[in-house]
Amino acid sequence: MMPISAMTAVSALGLGRAAHRDALRARQSGLRPNDFDPVLGGWIGRVEGVEAHALPEALARLDCRNNRLADMALRADGFFDTVVAARERHGAHRVGIVVGTSTSGVQAAEEAYRRIGAEGLLAEDFDFAATQDLGSLALFLRAALGLRGPASVISTACASSARCFIDATRLIEAGICDAVLVGGADSLCRMTLHGFAALELLAPGPTKPCDAGRDGISVGEAAGFALLEREAPAGSMALLGWGASSDAHHMSHPHPEGAGAMRAMAEALDRAGLTPADVDWVKLHGTGTRANDAMEDRAVHAIFGDRPPVSSTKGWTGHTLGACGILETVMIGECFAEGLIAGCLGVAVVDPEFRCRVIKGNESANLRHAVTNSFGFGGVNCSLLLGRA
Amino acid sequence: MTLLQAEIMGVSLWGPGLEGWAASRAILTGEAPYIARESPLAAPVMLPPNERRRTGEVVRLALHVAQAAVEASGLAADGLRCVFGSANGDGPVVGSILDALTSAPPDRERIVSPTQFHNSVHNAAAGYWSIATRNPLPATCLGCHDSTWAAALLLAMLEVDAGAPVLLCVYDHPMPAPYAKARPILGAFGVGLVLGKPGCGGLGGLSVAHAPEPARGYAPRNPALAPLAAGNPAAQSLRLLEHLALSQAGRCDAAYFEESLRVEVTPA
Repeated sequence: MMPISAMTAVSALGLGRAAHRDALRARQSGLRPNDFDPVLGGWIGRVEGVEAHALPEALARLDCRNNRLADMALRADGFFDTVVAARERHGAHRVGIVVGTSTSGVQAAEEAYRRIGAEGLLAEDFDFAATQDLGSLALFLRAALGLRGPASVISTACASSARCFIDATRLIEAGICDAVLVGGADSLCRMTLHGFAALELLAPGPTKPCDAGRDGISVGEAAGFALLEREAPAGSMALLGWGASSDAHHMSHPHPEGAGAMRAMAEALDRAGLTPADVDWVKLHGTGTRANDAMEDRAVHAIFGDRPPVSSTKGWTGHTLGACGILETVMIGECFAEGLIAGCLGVAVVDPEFRCRVIKGNESANLRHAVTNSFGFGGVNCSLLLGRA
Repeated sequence: MTLLQAEIMGVSLWGPGLEGWAASRAILTGEAPYIARESPLAAPVMLPPNERRRTGEVVRLALHVAQAAVEASGLAADGLRCVFGSANGDGPVVGSILDALTSAPPDRERIVSPTQFHNSVHNAAAGYWSIATRNPLPATCLGCHDSTWAAALLLAMLEVDAGAPVLLCVYDHPMPAPYAKARPILGAFGVGLVLGKPGCGGLGGLSVAHAPEPARGYAPRNPALAPLAAGNPAAQSLRLLEHLALSQAGRCDAAYFEESLRVEVTPA
């Protein structure tokens, strides 16, 4: 069991936890027509105010869309001060950083490529290490927060910020850190939007995970963080168990029977010492693609049967790729606080072939345990089991 | 200071003029001269033909050293958790996507190759490895610029500490133009280590701790290898590889942001 002493996020729903709580309660989506790369159409989960957000002057070298999102999240919910207090309490070298991103600041490289001169060189002011390099996010967080513990930037595609919880937990359990900042950021960029377009996975309208007529994803962007800490106040959210696996099947298609997903969920239950009957909500990866949602329904049903409510939150935020693990953990934390289970948004008719109890409206519940899934290209699967410390 | 300990069960490397452990051993001990030269790798036969076709040089480098390390360990590949570290992942693939995005007319919808896109994820090599070995165990994948070797080694040691034998595969490959100038990488270099519980009878012990004091990484003993170690993040492992080749105990610390990873090897 690893307590989570604080959390924060920014997404298309707004800045900070309250914006997410309000949107979940009101069932208000943050998706809008694609105004980032309009030629592709579809809808996106774009964060308001990124273009106007300035990093603190001392961190200006690290300026890129991804680090702006990270900075916005850090400064919401009093999170920055909470981490600084933990740093003072434990010592800077006892607080680690394990964060995830799939594309880091690649948008800065896209801009630099657009400005390639006649001599075929990238502009002198393009700073690879400070923007596109995966390590940029760690550099930014270390500099912003003054943390000196071990730092890693995990990149396991759309499971990146979920996987962080596992590696961070190990750092604390091994006695190397007393607290670890986890989470991550992924930001809109043309590479991702065009990549998913090439795979014909972009939904023409807002994504509708689990719907009979679902037709793909809406790409979103987000940043979010959580502080894992050996000691946290009673009643804090906590990571109770986790499981991870590889499909070993295909680079971009999920295993049709969801063998890897099942393995991850079963392992999370096992590690938490819980049974399927103890789980009140399975928050799906639920991207809105035909293949993912069908596979996930089979896998979840094989473990949990048709008892617990299951749903995806991507109708609110879009698929925030490497950031979805942390963003959805923050959203689950708000659901625990509110006593609600967020039913799928934008679903008219649940796929009749699904055997899980997919819910499409919010339900009141005294949540004790929730499972959240994150899957990604390369066949990675991560399941986190969340509850209270 | 918390010490993490492991046994090195298998080792491999591939780099310019360093064509596998057996062929490189005399270079690492200083008995043979180091001559940097192109050392191309064949397509990995371990992958089914369909998947093999889709792999480029970066994935081939990672798969080669992963496979060689696992073979050297005598352990089954599908019983190993994995840590894959690379500062840049597949630079040629990302570069070709950005080339396509930049050169296509702005009103075109289909620009990027779907295969290139799924190969662009940082965990592509780990994904191909899991497919090739039918390994259902998880892989964590990371990149941390010039701290990648330290960060990956630390995560691998944590896996061992938690009770699992682990494959550590760290690799970096030159970036294509125009990236190459913004992020110069010297040569294609990969290293593989299979790590198990301490005392399980391998090549030697490894002991690792996070050290808060700033420190420079330990350069290779052989000055001819120093440019490679300084120019390719994965080749920061060369000092450790030298100690293993020499069967000589010693420190091979690695730079880790402004701090360091204290690394001590005790060959059996």
